[in-house]
Amino acid sequence: MGNYLKKVFLIAGKDMRIEFRSKEKIYSMMLFSLLVMVIFNFAFEPGAEYIKDVAPGILWVAFIFAASLGLSRSFILEKEEDCMQGLMLSPLDRSGIYLGKVIGNFIFTMTIELLSLPFFALFFNLSLTAALPPLMIVIVLATFGFIAVGTLFSALSVGIRGGDMILPLLLFPMQVPVIIAAVKSTGMIMAGSGIEMYSQWLKLLIAFDIIFFVASFVIFEYLIEE
Amino acid sequence: MKEKLKDALALVTAVLVVSALYMVFVYAPADANMGNIQRIFYFHVSFAWTGFIAFFGTFVGSLMYLIRKKRFWDILAVSSAEIGIAFCLVVLTTGPIWARPVWGAWWTWDPRLVTFLILTFMFVAYMIVRGAIEEETKRGRFSAVIGIIAFLNVPLTYVANVMWRTIHPDVIRPDKIDLDPRMIHALFMSLSAITLLYVILLLRRMDLEGMRDRVAELKKKIMKEA
Repeated sequence: MGNYLKKVFLIAGKDMRIEFRSKEKIYSMMLFSLLVMVIFNFAFEPGAEYIKDVAPGILWVAFIFAASLGLSRSFILEKEEDCMQGLMLSPLDRSGIYLGKVIGNFIFTMTIELLSLPFFALFFNLSLTAALPPLMIVIVLATFGFIAVGTLFSALSVGIRGGDMILPLLLFPMQVPVIIAAVKSTGMIMAGSGIEMYSQWLKLLIAFDIIFFVASFVIFEYLIEE
Repeated sequence: MKEKLKDALALVTAVLVVSALYMVFVYAPADANMGNIQRIFYFHVSFAWTGFIAFFGTFVGSLMYLIRKKRFWDILAVSSAEIGIAFCLVVLTTGPIWARPVWGAWWTWDPRLVTFLILTFMFVAYMIVRGAIEEETKRGRFSAVIGIIAFLNVPLTYVANVMWRTIHPDVIRPDKIDLDPRMIHALFMSLSAITLLYVILLLRRMDLEGMRDRVAELKKKIMKEA
């Protein structure tokens, strides 16, 4: 078991090292997330009071778009130079490849989200310091659910012609429960509600995370057998 | 199944469809509040129910394909998905036609509406993925993964939308209607007619897929000989 996890972290570590060295993905995801916030801003009256009501939605659209941009690249590196073949030949379960990729994508996406958060507060004039601890729970749960399914679909989309165009078509409908739960609970947290108000949304996120992590973990093996 | 049996089934379906039409338009009384527009409900409900069954068929076919690797299950999955999309489009068309005069809006963000829409989107993406893969076994595996994951998402999407709405209880709800027994008869008749329609379409569609395989096989053989 310990050996298995060690190999899993090797894969996650390899991915992160590549990304943090080239920084190409960080810059594009970060810029993309900020751009979504800025562009959305034009849809509303400047300085309008209701901006606080729509802000959580804008935040999550920015997060989800940026994350899907990152996911679309997750397996592309493995395709070049037949790296996937190498991974499959390595003495590690196929499920371990999935797990490693999920961990790498999760940490990476979390980094982008945490870096975007101050800009979100700045652009929309919100004070997030008090809301930060419960908000972190929501971000972790929602991001994990998104990444769990997203990593599976990312592996799927690199294997097909025009896959980069197909990935969002698969990802966005799947994320409807996550988006609703995340937006609703973020809104309540920002309005200062107690946990009893949004605990049912957290439960939904946890249910989503468990169901799709387990399902993807099992199914991934069938996806890459060649 | 024997050809004769399928023909007989097609005949029974035709009779049932005609009787359903008679019962819906003549036998069942017009609704006291809604008038004749309510008659759309018989087909709407029947197609919704059967469309859902069709996607369940895709789920079963996908699951069995991953386990057994038999082309038959892939054929079942894709045939059922195609019919499911067609039936869901009927649901998504008849619904607004009914809703406009009764609710006063073509569309509301009612949980069932959203769930159906998302479900249809997912299976359209399923067909797009199938179209993008040439190789048969790979197409089977990849689409099976989507067929399973997409179906697992149905309950969560539904729950998320119900929760979203219970927090804002201002949805327009149709008044509870006490159904006339003749209305119930008409509903059951159209339900059985549409369900049989699904079965016969499925069998025919599966035959068609089998014939396509046969044609591809023969072509390959001729190419080899030439």
